[in-house]
Order: sequence, then C-alpha cells, then structure tokens
Amino acid sequence: MSTGTTLTPVLSDNWDRPESFTLEGYRATGGYGALRTALGMEPDALVDLVKASGLRGRGGAGFPTGMKWGFLPKDNPNPRYLVVNADESEPGTCKDIPLLLANPHALVEGVAIASYAIRSSQAFIYVRGEVLHVIRRVRHAVEEAYAAGLLGKDVLGSGFDLDVVVHAGAGAYICGEETALLDSLEGYRGQPRLKPPFPAVAGLYASPTVVNNVESIASVPSIVANGAEWFTAMGTEKSAGFGFFSLSGHVTRPGQYEAPLGITLRELLDMAGGIRAGHRLKFWTPGGSSTPIFTDEHLDTPLDFESVGAAGSMLGTRALQIFDETTCVVRAAGRWIQFYAHESCGKCTPCREGNFWMVQVLDRIEHGEGTEADLDKLLDICDNLLGRSFCALGDGAASPVMSSIKYFRQEYIDHVERGGCPFDHAKSTVWGGTA
Amino acid sequence: MSTATFPEETRARLEVDAKEIIGRYPRQRSALLPLLHLVQSEEGFVSAKGIAFCADQLGLTTAEVTAVATFYTMYKRRPTGDFHVGVCTNTLCAVMGGDEIFAALKDHLGVGNDETTEDGRVSLEHIECNAACDFAPVVMVNWEFFDNQTPESAKRLVDDLRLGRDVAPTRGPDRLCTWKEASRVLAGFSDGRGAEGTQAGEPSLTGLRLARERGWTAPDPDRLPVGDDPEGGAA
Ligand SMILES: Cc1cc2nc3c(=O)[nH]c(=O)nc-3n(C[C@H](O)[C@H](O)[C@H](O)COP(=O)(O)O)c2cc1C
Ligand code: SF4
Ligand code: FES
Repeated sequence: MSTGTTLTPVLSDNWDRPESFTLEGYRATGGYGALRTALGMEPDALVDLVKASGLRGRGGAGFPTGMKWGFLPKDNPNPRYLVVNADESEPGTCKDIPLLLANPHALVEGVAIASYAIRSSQAFIYVRGEVLHVIRRVRHAVEEAYAAGLLGKDVLGSGFDLDVVVHAGAGAYICGEETALLDSLEGYRGQPRLKPPFPAVAGLYASPTVVNNVESIASVPSIVANGAEWFTAMGTEKSAGFGFFSLSGHVTRPGQYEAPLGITLRELLDMAGGIRAGHRLKFWTPGGSSTPIFTDEHLDTPLDFESVGAAGSMLGTRALQIFDETTCVVRAAGRWIQFYAHESCGKCTPCREGNFWMVQVLDRIEHGEGTEADLDKLLDICDNLLGRSFCALGDGAASPVMSSIKYFRQEYIDHVERGGCPFDHAKSTVWGGTA
Repeated sequence: MSTATFPEETRARLEVDAKEIIGRYPRQRSALLPLLHLVQSEEGFVSAKGIAFCADQLGLTTAEVTAVATFYTMYKRRPTGDFHVGVCTNTLCAVMGGDEIFAALKDHLGVGNDETTEDGRVSLEHIECNAACDFAPVVMVNWEFFDNQTPESAKRLVDDLRLGRDVAPTRGPDRLCTWKEASRVLAGFSDGRGAEGTQAGEPSLTGLRLARERGWTAPDPDRLPVGDDPEGGAA
C-alpha cells in the first residue's frame, strides 16, 4: 500500500445490519434525520451546502451537483422536476443496483431533500427494467415513505408536498444518457436531444429539470447530516468525498469498495486479495467500457477525476473491470464494440455506421482474417466518432478500440500473423483459471 | 386490421389498469412504456392487439406506438417462454465464462438466440451487462438475478424450470414468478414481494466486511482533522 488510504463505508454502512432496506432498519441508524434538518433550512441554503461539499455527479461525467441545482432558472413558471437516473447500464458498472437493493431509503431520503432544495414537488426514479427485484425494493421503500408521511402531502408537517413515481425502463443503454432518458420518460423512443437547451432550462415536458445519478442523490443526506467539511475531509481537493469502487473480473474478492476518491488500484487490489492466484494484471477499465483502458503502468494513478484524466482516461463510474494475462484484448474490445453497435440509437451517422463497421473489422481481426491495414481503418473510424457523434455514446465507443491499440498493438498484429487468436479462452473463465 | 383487438372482457379489465397507470403521470403519454409492459403481461409479448390497445388508451396512432415498442429490447414481438433466460455475454461476463454458459444452454435446450423450447417453457437470449459484474458470470431469468453461474449450474437451472420445480434467484424473491407476472410488476403493479429475499450478496459486502475487520470508518463529523485550507467549493 502506498499511501494508506482506508475504506469509508457511508452508503454501504448499514448493508450488514438486519433489514437495512426497510424504513425501520434505515431509521435505526439515524435515517430521515437529515430530511428533518433539511426541511428546517431555506432551499437555497441546501443548494449552497451541496455546492460547498464539492459533490460531483456520480453517474460518470462528474459535473458539480450543487451547481447543476443552481442552474434552474428562478423565473420559469413551469413546474420543476427531479429525475433520478437509475438506468445503470454502462458495462462494468454495478454500484447503484446493490445500493438500491440494500439501502433504497438512502435514495428516497435524498430525493426528498433534493426536491425540496430545487423546489420541485414531483420526482421520478427511472430504473432500468432488467432488474425486477430492485424495482420491487425501490417501490417498497417509496410506499413505506408515503405511509410514514415522508413523501406525499405536507412532508413531516412542513407544508412541502412531494410525489415520487418509480418508472421502469424497457431495455436500452442509451436511455441512461440524460436527454434520451427524458424522451423515454415522456413515452418516446429514447434518443438524445440537442443541447442546449440543457435539462435545467428545458427538461421533462420542456420544464426545468434536474437529472442526477442514484449515488449522487443518495450521498446528499449524509452531507446534510454531517456537513460539507466532513465530506471534503475525504477525497481530493477537486474530487471530494467518497464513492463506490466496483471491482470485477480476475480479482480474488470482487465487489463493492466504498472509499475516498483518489484511492489507487494498487490499494484496492491489496484490499481485494490481489489478482486471482497465479495470474497477473494485464488491463483494466477505470470507469466502465467507455473509459480508455489502463494497464499495470497505472496501478498508482489516483482514482480521482483529474488524475485519471491526466493519465489519458476518465474516472467514469469507477467500474474497475480487471483482466489478467489470460484475456485476449482484441476479443474484449470486439465484444464491447458489439455492445455499442447494438445500443447505438441510430440518430447520427458516425456512431450508427462507425460501430457497424468496427464490428466487422474487429471480428475479422479476431478470427485471423484481418490485415495490419485494418488497424488504421479502426483508428480512422474512431477519429470520425470521437467528438463528431451527437452524444457521448459514440465518443465512448472509440475508447476501448483506441486505447487497446495504443497499449497492445502487437497483440492485434499477432492475430493477423498467426491467422487466429493466440489465447485459450477457457483459461480466462472462473473455473479455468487454475487449469 | 379490425381483428387486432382484445376480447371485450380482457379489454375492460386492462382498461382499469391502464387508467391507474395513466393517472400516475402529469402527461398521459409518459404512461406508454408501462402500458407496453402491461399488454406484455397479458400475452407474453407485444402483439398487434397490444399495440392497438395502447394507442387507443393514449390517443396515439398504432404507428406511433409501434415505433416506440420496437425501440426497446424488453418488448418481445413473438411469444416468449414462461421463463426467459438471459445470459450476459458482455465483455466481463463473457471472459469469466458467460460465452461457455450461453453455448452450453443453446446445446442443452436445442435452441438458438431468441428462440423458445418446443414445450414453450424456456426461451433463451444473450443479454448485455446487467449491473452485476462483481457476480460474474451472470444469468437472468425473467429479469431476476442468478449470480455466479457455471455451465453445469445453468443447465440444472433450466432443467428445473422445464420440470416446473420452484426456483429461487440468488438475489430476488423467494420464488421465481412467470414472465407474464414479471411484466405486470414492470407495469407498476406490486406483487407484494419487495421485502422477500436477501438485501446484499457476498460481493456487495466485501468492502464493508474488510472495513469492519480493520476498524475503518468514514471520519467522525465531530472530530474532523483541522485542515489549513478550508474547502473552496466547486468553483
Ligand atoms: C450512453 C450514456 C449512458 C449513460 N448511462 C447512465 C446511467 O446509466 N446512469 C447515470 O446516472 N448516468 C448515465 N449517463 C450520464 C448521464 O447522461 C448524466 O450525466 C447523469 O445521469 C447525471 O447525473 P450526475 O450528475 O449525478 O452524475 C450516461 C451517459 C451516456 C452518454
Ligand atoms: S452517438 Fe450514437 S447513441 Fe448518440 S445520438 Fe448518435 S447514434 Fe445515437
Ligand atoms: S458484464 Fe455481465 S453483468 Fe456486467
């Protein structure tokens, strides 16, 4: 361990306590105390508090949450909406779902506080459809909160009214993009909108809207309860606070590690028992498949927004997918591109066509039917995607291809020269690792 | 097509549900996704009848509803098995063994991607990352989690499903419900099972367990380290 960072369970702190997902269980550890505090404050003071905490969006882009809330125009007469993005579909990302399963009231309390702060009386929680039990759990928590007077008319006797609707999606990664999500919630195909106008000005039903990630909103009660300085006592100057680091793949103990931003993979791997026995780290994603891959060169890169950016990738959703030396990087990148091609909404040409062609090219390289010129073709297509697609899905698709060619060019060439994949895929499996 | 409507009794019953769904939203068109889940809960897929019903409830054309229904992968255009098995073959799960599981199930069930067994019990599909990568390889049945699968465990699972045995997800309710029942939950109707099942799987607890063991916690708000530069906000 280099700097001795330790874990800081906050949102996961009650997951090992009985009935953590019930109102009673949540209240047993002080739950809904922050809502009471918040309702005694001026809404603007809450926005200032969240600004002072330095909380940045946990859904990938890292936009300052308090600033986003502050953007809602004061003079717009339309109703205001809070929309929680619980679409969690970025490959590798697996933090919001366990949070909602074990501790849904942290989100519900956050929704109540955030809605009050932005003067909204209608919130939506858009949950991806493919997680049935999570949808049940969130609805269960919302029902309990209504029954206890924590939602609905006159919340806790404060005069503040709030309705919350839990809305199930229907299977489309693009609906995690905030403007596509709004179109989907309005009952349309989920396709991104042109920005500006931003949702703060013209969001749901063209009304002022805040869209925030589950983890962002669920972090708010702890900030209200403990103060901005408590939050900034964790993390780095520009990346304050804590967050989930989700380790998956070839590690001894995959799972959720709630830690200050700025922790390193070396420290996390040490906590997770290292790479699985007998193997070594080959490549990893710092924040999901849309963030350029890293290698063992980056074990000591602090996992905060600035440092990961400076090292050529993005913090994203802190989805650390870890692959050892048995893994073929061409196969990995190819599979991700199949995903982007499948999920491209088709609205713009660079993404629709680019991903389609990259699937063909990667497939022939992987199966030994490619040429070295195919590498240039791939990089050309990426050039066309990056910065030229209508939304960040297209940019994201360029990440695995460009970064894997950057670090593992020779491995692509090996496929060409040998006329096939040099790896035995069976060795990468959970059960094949020791064979 | 004038034949593409539900029988009167079905229609009357679904209309009551549709009214309730529409009433949840400030604008009625927002009810379209849940309404599509609702008609899928009736027939197991979204048929021409289902589309006509949704269009009628919301004052849309069938073309408008079709354009939405075909955009989303969870709406099926053909009858689905009572148990819809999805094997995650996105990169992480694929590498950890998802590809082997998918191949084993195709072989074992004698069906291809997006096909249903002859007895109508099980349909098979490969799916994208289901936000459970720390439980890889992941299989979903009717969108409930079956974590940490192997080809053998997955074959046993589908055998049990075909034999009508009760099966419990690893993180889900005590007993798996059918595809149609699942669709009804997605439409927004409670089946009363939200409190069943586990609250956190093992990987979800790994970090927390280590923190407990080593006495690691978030800072105590009453005893914060005194920093020389107070937080400067996000400017
Ligand atoms: C293709 C794509 C998928 C996305 N998926 C999600 C998602 O599943 N959950 C999420 O919170 N944000 C997702 N985002 C980011 C959202 O657009 C948005 O930045 C975020 O919800 C804002 O919340 P935050 O500021 O609290 O992070 C996605 C973005 C893109 C481009
Ligand atoms: S980049 Fe892809 S997903 Fe985004 S708008 Fe264009 S086609 Fe749609
Ligand atoms: S890759 Fe399979 S659940 Fe994420």
